[in-house]
Amino acid sequence: MLILHCPNCGIDADETELAAGGEAHLKRFGPGSGDEEFEDYLFKRENPKGVHFERWRHAAGCGKWFHAARCTTTLEVFGTYSAQTTEPPKEICDKISGKRPGWAWRLFK
Amino acid sequence: MLEAVSALDAASFNGFARIEEAGLRGMITLRGDLGSTGVKNAATGVAGVDMPGRREANCVGEKGIAWMSPDELLVLVPYAEAEHAAGVISRALAGEHALVANVSDARAMFYVSGDGAREVLAKLSPADMHPETFRPGQIRRTRLAQVPAGFWMRDTETFEVICFRSVADYVFGLLKNAAQPGSEIGYF
Amino acid sequence: MTHRLHDHGRLVHADRPVEFTFNGKRMEGYEGDTLASALLANGQLLVGRSFKYHRPRGIVASGAEEPNALVNLGSGRRAEPNQRATTTEIFEGLEARSQNHWPSLEFDIGAINGRLSKFLPAGFYYKMFMWPRAFWKHVYEPVIRQSAGLGPAPAARDSDRYEHFNITVDVLVIGGGIAGITAATEAGGSGARVLMVEQTAHWGGRAPADRAEIDETPAADWIEDRIGALEDMDNVHLRLRTMGAGIYDHGYALAYERVTDHDPSDTAPRHRLWKIRARQIITATGAIERPLGFAGNDLPGVMLASAARDYVENYGVSPGDRMVIVTNNDDAYRTAIALYEAGVDVPVVLDARREALGELPAHVRGLGIRVETGHAVAKVKGSAKVEGVAICLQVGEGTVQEEIACDAVAMSGGWSPVVHLWSHAGGKLTWQADAAHFRPDPDAAPTGAGGEDFVAAAGSASGALDTAGALKDALAAARRAVSALGLKPSKDKPPAARAEDTDPMSPVWIMPEGAGHELRSKMWLDYQNDVKVTDVQLAAREGFESVEHTKRYTTLGMATDQGKLSNINGLAVLSDALHADIPSVGTTTFRPPYTPISMGAIAGEARGALFQPVRKTPMHDRHEAAGATWEPVGHWRRPYCYQRPGESIEDAVHRETVNARTNVGLLDASTLGKILVKGPDAGRFVDMMYTNMMSNLAVGKCRYGLMCSENGFLIDDGVVARLGDDTWLCHTTTGGADRIHGHMEEWLQTEWWDWKVYTANVTEQYAQIAVVGPKARDVLEALGGMDVSAEALPFMTWADGTLGVVQARVFRISFSGELSYEIAVPAGQGGAFWDALSSVGEAHGMMPYGTEALHILRAEKGFIMIGDETDGTVIPQDLGLNWAISKKKDDFLGKRGQERSHMTDPDRWKLVGLETLDGSVLPDGAYAVDRDLSRHANSAELKPGIEAGKNANGQIAMCGRVTSTYYSPNLKRGIAMGLVRGGPDRIGEVIEFARTDGTLIKTKIVDPVFYDKDGEKQNA
Repeated sequence: MLILHCPNCGIDADETELAAGGEAHLKRFGPGSGDEEFEDYLFKRENPKGVHFERWRHAAGCGKWFHAARCTTTLEVFGTYSAQTTEPPKEICDKISGKRPGWAWRLFK
Repeated sequence: MLEAVSALDAASFNGFARIEEAGLRGMITLRGDLGSTGVKNAATGVAGVDMPGRREANCVGEKGIAWMSPDELLVLVPYAEAEHAAGVISRALAGEHALVANVSDARAMFYVSGDGAREVLAKLSPADMHPETFRPGQIRRTRLAQVPAGFWMRDTETFEVICFRSVADYVFGLLKNAAQPGSEIGYF
Repeated sequence: MTHRLHDHGRLVHADRPVEFTFNGKRMEGYEGDTLASALLANGQLLVGRSFKYHRPRGIVASGAEEPNALVNLGSGRRAEPNQRATTTEIFEGLEARSQNHWPSLEFDIGAINGRLSKFLPAGFYYKMFMWPRAFWKHVYEPVIRQSAGLGPAPAARDSDRYEHFNITVDVLVIGGGIAGITAATEAGGSGARVLMVEQTAHWGGRAPADRAEIDETPAADWIEDRIGALEDMDNVHLRLRTMGAGIYDHGYALAYERVTDHDPSDTAPRHRLWKIRARQIITATGAIERPLGFAGNDLPGVMLASAARDYVENYGVSPGDRMVIVTNNDDAYRTAIALYEAGVDVPVVLDARREALGELPAHVRGLGIRVETGHAVAKVKGSAKVEGVAICLQVGEGTVQEEIACDAVAMSGGWSPVVHLWSHAGGKLTWQADAAHFRPDPDAAPTGAGGEDFVAAAGSASGALDTAGALKDALAAARRAVSALGLKPSKDKPPAARAEDTDPMSPVWIMPEGAGHELRSKMWLDYQNDVKVTDVQLAAREGFESVEHTKRYTTLGMATDQGKLSNINGLAVLSDALHADIPSVGTTTFRPPYTPISMGAIAGEARGALFQPVRKTPMHDRHEAAGATWEPVGHWRRPYCYQRPGESIEDAVHRETVNARTNVGLLDASTLGKILVKGPDAGRFVDMMYTNMMSNLAVGKCRYGLMCSENGFLIDDGVVARLGDDTWLCHTTTGGADRIHGHMEEWLQTEWWDWKVYTANVTEQYAQIAVVGPKARDVLEALGGMDVSAEALPFMTWADGTLGVVQARVFRISFSGELSYEIAVPAGQGGAFWDALSSVGEAHGMMPYGTEALHILRAEKGFIMIGDETDGTVIPQDLGLNWAISKKKDDFLGKRGQERSHMTDPDRWKLVGLETLDGSVLPDGAYAVDRDLSRHANSAELKPGIEAGKNANGQIAMCGRVTSTYYSPNLKRGIAMGLVRGGPDRIGEVIEFARTDGTLIKTKIVDPVFYDKDGEKQNA
């Protein structure tokens, strides 16, 4: 059972206090977008064996969303960070590079 | 105004910890920029305690301020003063982006006290209740069994526990059950 | 015969007798006995029957690994099947019964299966019971269920209490043997927060029974001393009768405490499930001795050598009068010594190895006990119990050299570390060839949240089987854990124990090694599930090369003991049959819990009134007093109707419905969600949330709004009120408050975080009461206070004011089509306000109404209900709600989704009203048969081979379904709403809905508004 550090309230939250929110860093496509863009936005998701970026909400806690970078095979958590960003922070990417050289996830590496 | 009643009319239970519905308490949700002087002054002016830091709750008697999230405080005052206090805060923050709501009736509060108090909460919440981890002056928002709740300590052996009013009966049942004499663990 | 040994047994108190019953027979044991030791002390060798062949079964082990001695304990509300006698502590009045036999343990009809064993080999279920197919359900399965199986499930409700306990520790030590104690001492000394749990009632594990000496003191004294020191440490907690049940990701572990199993209590919980967050976990779970495969190794009287030793040393019980020992290692010689010293005759030690020159065999020889190396058991004599053994050479086919009379056999096939907990969270194993066992691979430990190793195996659990090695290994494991925590390990030397001079064990799995089919078919691997060597060999021949497949095919290791004794032996036999080495065949997966844990412990407090939260409105007790029938809506309880004496539920619903249309009704609407949205960007935000334009709503006004997901599907609806320049109050459905508040916060926090908007879920701050009906205004005016006239408070407006003596916010909105006010007052005054309204309303014929009347009223008006007319695939356009979809807005959630081709398909099913021609009520969810065959034949869906009027699955094609259906007491006929293909264009057409009995109901498509089409009443 996962334990994730909530960067908003500073608690190492038990998974039973958290709600999973799917893949992080999706770009919203609204009216005017093409069918393919919209399909990607709504349905297409990464399914990595390894490094992954996700959204979580500290639902039974401070109620705030945050992002988590973790490995889907070992469940190692590389870091959690603010939900108010469009890309993972550099220090987390660097940390991942140290542990999983050559990793890539969508446009990030 | 008609006579206001709390959810459980001050019900209580003596187990290996004492469980007591605290009755009515004034509570005001204040959302805003917690770093702003305006928010700080408005909250501390009404509550008469220092501004809490992250995950802190400063409480003296029925008054206090609890840090709920990076942009939310719960300001505690006597129940009868809540509507007035909410007005005072609103007016003080008139020029600022903030949300002030009297939520005194939305919640129930319990006192959980005695040597076994930590143990009672540890039966219901995944929070680390070790005395070195959770101390007076802190607040923890978590779950008690299946519902969200929050608590802080008013002194070294008394917790103030809040939950939504609709589940007051459920939470009282949980606390009573956890404090059942004979189920002491003696861990903390 | 098994019997009590006097002046023996370190764990039992001969001066404290305890009376219990077995199959109704009164027996006496001592305090400290397990049920197994007490049964043996009473000469009760036969304790159960096996699963498949109903073979007689005796006690084979002394701990958690016991596969045979499963009993029913207790009765009535304290009945529990399948409990291991070896881990059950006896207490005064304990009732135990053996299981899986009929009519009695001694004479069991099912034992005939044993004679048929030739016809019931591995996989017989799959082979024999396939044909004729219909026989499975009606013949085979009932018969198999009757004859195979374990104890019956208890019939009565469990009277015991259970609970959970959550803690966070630095170091969790699982297992309180000498390795665990050494590890806990080291971890405790570093200042870490430590919890050590031990599944049995005693610290120290096997060391005392094995007569280990540590630091030059007998193990028992050393253990007592160390436990005393640990108890004195404030940072260390110790817990007996607490089993490490499972280790999970990120340092999560479950421990199962059997608080009062040994001493039933009406107050203390029976079991407590510890939910532990540990930064480091040390598994000091010991090792389990393996049986040996020889013909007749399942007869009562055949026992693990270590168990025989335990019964003598720990419980003062002899496993027999004359016990033959058969082994492939030195350790079993300890049993010979213990038996000899207790006065039990040991006629021979059969050692499969060529030679046995270590100090233990020398000691045994020195006692004058005959030792035969290179020898094996050819066959155990006896049918219901051991009567002797035939001995032979280990090499060869088993020519009997000699028969030796005996009534018990102790066997040792070597030891397997208990790797279960290590493996649960992903720790890998490595094959240790010289000991013929898998042990944890320290280079492939389970890793935690930071990628660090968080589990270390210690002592015999990591393969260090000798005392000195185990102590050294445990200290090293604890030091690694302490260092990983950033604390300072001690410089202490490991506790000292003398290294014994031993010979290596020999990996013997079956004896003799050339045993023919006849012997192999009597060598049991899994005692509980009756899996024999020949079954595994058959599986291999039939192509089950994967150990996981073999397990399922033969049921090896699938019993309640999960193969604790059988897995390695079975694996070795499989490897041999496949001509592969053991590591390449691999093990089956170890899954938690280590041994079965009670359902009660898993549920914890969540039973009875605490099974699930029940949300109560501030008027809950008023409803209860008024005789409400409750309807669960999410976790809320809402009154369904208020039955009066002499009324049926239907009568009550109809009375309430008619009264709201003719007089006035009172509805508790407190459960509707209320979310404040405030800020400079709040208008922009509510415009994104709703399909309607909400930013242009005037202060003081209300507007009905729809919320969609990005997919375009309707997710919620409700009335929005503009409270101020920058403040909106959004009402949600009863089930929607938390969900929609979460939905709003999600968009604000994760997409539009630069927008200046705050939300607050103020649902529970208010008691909200709807006063509904032609006389609603009269009631409020009777209460006095604010002006609620049509002029002052027209339809779809709101105002703050006083009603009676209460500060209230009054919304002039209607979900019934009647003149209606929804009044919000602080929740604490809700009950009193309900009373006040009831009292003034009496003169106006006011009655409270429940959710069913609410539904009928809204259906009469054609108002949709989220969850009835919507199911997650319905868009507002399907429901004729185009008027609520803004065309002026560039964007709102769902707008793009609704532009997709499938959403704009003219063939989508759309909302209509439905009236049966005969006035009857349509069944809820009924489907309409598609009679438009020509249309269907032209459809692109129709592929070659699909009949007109049928769908792709060959089922009758459908063109609509009923979403809401009621008897309208106001219109005195059935009314319904439904989604029908091309619905609104087909008004007047008659279609047919199917009942479940296949008959059809002719139904006319009509406008969904059945009552007061012009809305004169609600606007009044």
